[in-house]
Amino acid sequence: MNNFQFLFTAWMVVWAVFFVYEISVAKRVSHVREEIERLKQQLQER
Amino acid sequence: MKTRIPITIFVALLIFCGGYAALFVAPDEATMHEIQRIFYFHVPLWTAMTIAFSTACFSNIAWLASRRPTFDLLGVASAEVGILCCTGGLITGMLWGKPVWGIWWTWDPRLTSTFILWLLYISYLLLRELIEDPHRRATLSAVFGIFAYLDLPIVLLATTLWPRGQHPQPVLFGGPKSINHTMLMVFFVCMASIVGVMILVLMDRYRLERLRFEADELRVEIESREMDSQPAVQGTAGKGRS
Repeated sequence: MNNFQFLFTAWMVVWAVFFVYEISVAKRVSHVREEIERLKQQLQER
Repeated sequence: MKTRIPITIFVALLIFCGGYAALFVAPDEATMHEIQRIFYFHVPLWTAMTIAFSTACFSNIAWLASRRPTFDLLGVASAEVGILCCTGGLITGMLWGKPVWGIWWTWDPRLTSTFILWLLYISYLLLRELIEDPHRRATLSAVFGIFAYLDLPIVLLATTLWPRGQHPQPVLFGGPKSINHTMLMVFFVCMASIVGVMILVLMDRYRLERLRFEADELRVEIESREMDSQPAVQGTAGKGRS
């Protein structure tokens, strides 16, 4: 790799790390929201 | 939520401006040339990590003092985001080290103490996974979180305490060298963009913890209703047998 490739990789890594993490948080949020809805329904049935 | 959209647009603009300025506007450094531009992403990641871990430590202390669940939730959210920034900082550091030093990694005091910090916060998250009781989990992880944070001053002062290490001396504050004005401006734009992204990610991560807390409370409510209904059934059965 030449210096520009190292620089480009570093730039990509920074934003990829944040982007992938943000997607994982969004997925977990939607999963927990579904869980909350299910639990609320369960609570109403009792 | 209303303020979230303008903040996101502002941070996105900062990312674009910072990226453009770091790659095309900032002047070439005399000895390292273009590879020095990693500095514009690498150093702001450490600043973002310091802010995140400091928030985690403040939350840990606040939890021990007040026992308010908000602080426990903020503590775990900021610790995880801090690990994210630390991981990014370590990777960009290695990508800078290979062309400049000729090696990916060395056991220099700054690098070693940072790696230990990363391991300590990973352990903090693992510890939380191991304890089921929420109150005990919050207390033990808060104590461990404060202990983990003690490594941060060592990381920050490592180049001053051990000046013979391989890591460069600070350039901005207290360093022997001065920095070009344009470089400094570009650096501050990049710093604002990365800290801005860290804050947005932290807000989302905290929201996730709040939702998990809400789900846990609902589970406890369902369990307590089940417990309330069970003795009545048992009591009826007992009466029937006698």
